[in-house]
Amino acid sequence: MSERLNVKEAIQAKRKNNKSVFVEKMVPVILFLAAFISIITTIGIVGTLTYETILFFREVSFTEFFTTTDLSPLNPTDPKFSILPLLMGTVMSSLIAMFVAIPIGLTTAVYLSEYASSNSRKVLKPMIEVLAGIPTIVYGFFAFTFVTPVLQEVIPILDRTNVLSPGIVMGIMIIPMVASLSEDAMNSVPNSMREGALALGATPLEVAFRVVIPAAISGIIASFVLGISRAIGETMIVTIASGSTKNFTFDVTQSMQTMTAYIVEVTSGDAGAGTTAYFSLYAVGMTLFVFTLLMNMFATYITRRFREVY
Amino acid sequence: MEYIDRGHVQKKMRTRLLLNKVFKYLFLAATLFGLVFLAILITRVFIDSIGWLDFSFLTNRLSFNPEIAGIKGAAAGTLWLMVIVGPVTMTLGVGTAIYLEEYAKKGRLHSFIQTNISNLAGVPSIVFGLLGLTVFVRVLGFGSSIIAGGLTMSLLVLPIVVVAAQEAIRSVPGFLREASYGMGATKWQTIKKVVLPAAIPGILTGMILALSRAIGETAPLVALGIPALIIPVPGSIFDNFTALPMQVYYWTIDSALTAEYLNLAAATIIVLLVVLFLMNSVAIIIRNKFQKRY
Repeated sequence: MSERLNVKEAIQAKRKNNKSVFVEKMVPVILFLAAFISIITTIGIVGTLTYETILFFREVSFTEFFTTTDLSPLNPTDPKFSILPLLMGTVMSSLIAMFVAIPIGLTTAVYLSEYASSNSRKVLKPMIEVLAGIPTIVYGFFAFTFVTPVLQEVIPILDRTNVLSPGIVMGIMIIPMVASLSEDAMNSVPNSMREGALALGATPLEVAFRVVIPAAISGIIASFVLGISRAIGETMIVTIASGSTKNFTFDVTQSMQTMTAYIVEVTSGDAGAGTTAYFSLYAVGMTLFVFTLLMNMFATYITRRFREVY
Repeated sequence: MEYIDRGHVQKKMRTRLLLNKVFKYLFLAATLFGLVFLAILITRVFIDSIGWLDFSFLTNRLSFNPEIAGIKGAAAGTLWLMVIVGPVTMTLGVGTAIYLEEYAKKGRLHSFIQTNISNLAGVPSIVFGLLGLTVFVRVLGFGSSIIAGGLTMSLLVLPIVVVAAQEAIRSVPGFLREASYGMGATKWQTIKKVVLPAAIPGILTGMILALSRAIGETAPLVALGIPALIIPVPGSIFDNFTALPMQVYYWTIDSALTAEYLNLAAATIIVLLVVLFLMNSVAIIIRNKFQKRY
């Protein structure tokens, strides 16, 4: 004779089981701690950068950092600290990168979303995204050992390390990012709009440029901004292929150091903790962090603010 | 009465159609540009590595003599890094995802953590290197060891795992949860026995993507101040180390002095790319084979 199972009693027995109640209460707390790590990471980044940057500006004035153009951190007798040569390097290399990435990325997106059949898109899109999965050190190697020598055939005055070659390679690295984000934006434009334009006699090219792109413009611009932010933060390509000359110039055939490459140079150099050169790392890192953060936030803002909802 | 000048439209139509065709091929060319570049890159690196990439290259230790130099130490360093990055990102990433998807109330805290994670994903990797240099290398005194590198790398790839795990958990249909609650399971039992098993393919795909990012990432390791010196093959997480991308970096910049280093760098890149290719293939297989559509 088996005992009859009473649901009510079973539930009450379960409620009294202290262990499982304890587990149920502890789990969210533990999971919250895991989630909190990401907040601690942000606090850690902002905190260390701010703290050491303040120490840096105790020794170097704001005006020297932002208005002079000499940078020689490891000079033993008369070190100079100005971020302008680094900003110049970063801006020039990112500009070149975007000259490559924006036209090619956008037209790739137009081709994939407006012209390609769904089968060829299924093949092409993952292949293009392979470009984004290749480690940047590989691009750096390629820029330095292949692209620069090839460019030197065309432009003889090009230095062995220069801004042009890593800029171009960085642009190619960013193509998949611009292309896939722009394509997502274009794909969310409803087909009825395309069909309406086609019915009025527009060619697919006119549909793409007069209907789809204007309708998807917020997503497209966001993809450009994220691309620029990526170019600003990119490190290994410029470190290898653009060298470490702290040049304040517009001449892209010369070597120029970017903010990221400066951090690499000083951390792998002999700057001991506590020296001004060491603190300058954080001032440069802070500038880099603020720049990229602002651009990322700007990208989020324009997609949210100007998104057309259909 | 004619509203449209037929002749005018027909005359214009021809150029418009021609323009459409020309641009179509132009766009196709732009699409193929990236692929051609990729092909040249891989071919070029492969040609540079011919004759240098053999079994002894994988098993030999680092040496200043390019003829006998190998990547045993660097490969071991990369493996050790993964030993840390794997479990740390898995625990923290999946934990964060479960918290955000299952426990956190959709409110200010939820959106704050979510925004924070997407912002972290956009922080340049070199800045994570600076964080690691300050906190792990200096303050906690780990030095340029595997644990310092591994923890830095974990924080860097954490957002990838969190986002992937969140999507995987979100795609588990509500009726599975409700069936579990209906059977009398508690919330945690439901998550542990129903939601996570259903979400595991998505989580694993995200993990593999995160690890392959960590394997190729160089900048944060450089910032930790890992020396280009010849060091013994690491035996524990507190040892100094070098990793595959670091080796590529040092051999590339030194190729100006010793030309053969260029070939060594190319051979290391091939090893790196093969590893990444295999990992991504596994990710694709998992996604196609195990992901259920409800």
